[in-house]
Amino acid sequence: MKKKQTPAGFFYRLWKYFASINLTIAILLSLAITSIIGTVVPQNGDPAIYRHEYGDSLYSIFSFFDVFDMYHSWWFRLQLLILTTCIVVCSIDRISATWKTIFVKVPRFNISRFRNASEKQEFISDLPVDHLKKVCRSIVERGFGYNMIEDKVNGFCIFAEKGRWTRLGVYAVHLSVILLIFGGLLGSIFGFDGYIKIPEGQTVDRIRLTGSEKAHDLGFGIRCDDFSVRFYDSGAPEEYRSRLSIIEDGKPVLKKDIIVNDPLRYKGINIFQSSYGMLRPKQITFNFESKKTGKVYVEELAFGDEFDLPENLGRFVLRNTVNPYIFHGNNLGKSVVGALISDRNEAVDIVIPFRFKNFDRMRRGDVSISIQDFSRSYYTGLQVTNDPGVPMVYLGFIIMIAGFYITFYMSHQRLCVEVIQDSNKTRVMVAGLASRGNMRMKSKVNKISRRLVELSRVRG
Amino acid sequence: MNSSNILSVITFVYGLAAALYVFSWVFKNKLSGNVATWVMFSGACGNAAGIILRWAESYRLGYGHAPLSNMYESLIFFSFTIAAIYLVIERKYEDRIVGAFASPLAFLALAYASLSPNITDRIQPLIPALKSNWLIAHVITCFLGYAAFAIAFVVSLMFLLRQRQESREWGILDHFPGLSFLDGLNQQMVMFGFFFLSIGIITGAVWANSAWGRYWGWDPKETWSLITWFVYATLLHARMQRGWHGKRIAYLSIVGFGAVIFTYFGVNYLPGLHSYGQSG
Repeated sequence: MKKKQTPAGFFYRLWKYFASINLTIAILLSLAITSIIGTVVPQNGDPAIYRHEYGDSLYSIFSFFDVFDMYHSWWFRLQLLILTTCIVVCSIDRISATWKTIFVKVPRFNISRFRNASEKQEFISDLPVDHLKKVCRSIVERGFGYNMIEDKVNGFCIFAEKGRWTRLGVYAVHLSVILLIFGGLLGSIFGFDGYIKIPEGQTVDRIRLTGSEKAHDLGFGIRCDDFSVRFYDSGAPEEYRSRLSIIEDGKPVLKKDIIVNDPLRYKGINIFQSSYGMLRPKQITFNFESKKTGKVYVEELAFGDEFDLPENLGRFVLRNTVNPYIFHGNNLGKSVVGALISDRNEAVDIVIPFRFKNFDRMRRGDVSISIQDFSRSYYTGLQVTNDPGVPMVYLGFIIMIAGFYITFYMSHQRLCVEVIQDSNKTRVMVAGLASRGNMRMKSKVNKISRRLVELSRVRG
Repeated sequence: MNSSNILSVITFVYGLAAALYVFSWVFKNKLSGNVATWVMFSGACGNAAGIILRWAESYRLGYGHAPLSNMYESLIFFSFTIAAIYLVIERKYEDRIVGAFASPLAFLALAYASLSPNITDRIQPLIPALKSNWLIAHVITCFLGYAAFAIAFVVSLMFLLRQRQESREWGILDHFPGLSFLDGLNQQMVMFGFFFLSIGIITGAVWANSAWGRYWGWDPKETWSLITWFVYATLLHARMQRGWHGKRIAYLSIVGFGAVIFTYFGVNYLPGLHSYGQSG
């Protein structure tokens, strides 16, 4: 006979399914395993490179499952949704029982549970019961917030406890995870993340959003007044610094130098130093060295300028720049391109990398052209973000740390000292129960019983 | 004598401590155990002195920073945290056999730092991305976590060894700590590690938010630290809610440490923002 499935019954079973820890364990493990994929397959790359790397068929399978942006894929988000549901259902399912334990006027103690506790010490004392009672009480009072004495015909029983509220620690941790997930969601829905290049001296008020071609209007302008980069002697970068001004209605309202790790924040929008580059210089000073006479002629040229060389060496035209310049398979970086036109109208291309100013000597022509100097100007690359989820996420961080501390390093500890007079011997039992951290409870029980034994010995 | 020389010497001090711990365990020799503790303790002190000296040296070179900025510096700090945490455990539980398994880890970490040709011990100036006060908080908490997981790992190995030999007679394991002690210590170390790993991830996230404008970016190192976090979260739930203990928890702890090692070393072979942790 099959039981008829009622909607309430189905809901109840579903609830219990999510409340069982099995699903949580399964989803945690599956999150751990599937997260690996995105660390092996580079994320958000160029489709052409993926196609080349993985081949057509694998590429189409991967892109069907959003493997190239897996942390934002539907199936990864589904796992997070299931995890969230598990956390919420588990917490609600268990908190009602915890609640009754925590918010109770007179806590109930069950002596048989203490007698069966693994954290237990028993010994025989020579002290009279009344004296033991006083001693026990003073010891227990020091370490526990709540205690009570139950008198018996042939002895007494002291119950004590502390840290009832610490049972809430684990719920704080769960709450913090929910806050992190929702904070993240908030940021991804209402926030934005973009990038701008600003040449020195210019103002920009629109950014290009990451991962799309869309532009976003900031509502104010960012002007780059100056950019500078400093290097260590080893050539490693030491500091990138942009002097920025925020422009509202044509007037600067805020000025700040930003470096990596020290961004500018304005109206909830954060501006970070991200990259930089060199702009094409306006003027370049060249040296023209004649092979025949050894004379050097110096001339400052702008792009498009022509220079008639003396000694009938021809005329030099400064055309433009290339980046990168590949020479015999080597990337020589940003380079100047010009042409040397002889009297017979034969043109030779001249390429001089900024990094190798005397590169043209290798040509072994009648004249070798080198860069003497140029006006340096940079653009700064800024990351511009707005994330309204950050306060929620940070709150989650704080609650998580506090919650872990409470859960791992504090516990609800209950202690029982039972003293029973048996003919002319006094039997003492010290036993403890802890919500967790049995090792600590054990050492506490041992310490208390050791003190009691010592006191008995001194008196006896 | 500079800090690198001192740390090379400390490598051998740890090696000696490891040998003494093993000797005292195998031959049940109490004296060598006592000596081992003192050798290990002086090793940890020397290790700390080396780190502090390196800090001072970086100031003398003109670009002072906490010695927590590259592979070499993280390894010497890692070996120190392993040694320090182990010594606390030894003092607390008065058991030296764990030392026979934990001290070789401190030795290996320092030996790898001192002897590997891929790891430079030169003090390098900080690149702009690392110039932040969060560096110290982030690295210290992460490595406290890693070291605790390392000890949980050796304790799990000991648990499995002991359990396998439970029924048979084999002299060396006679003095092994009991299964429930090892199981409990594993749990304690995992909790300690999980607590500090969480703080490490959080300080890293706050730092990333102040440097790059995002607290989480699924960069491989971030992702692997989260994978590690998931594994140990599984362990803790299985243990606290399902009552798993013993062998299964030991296996999970070993898997978790595998994830720690990959987060630490393996990720450097994947592309990402944490590449300054690389050997070069």
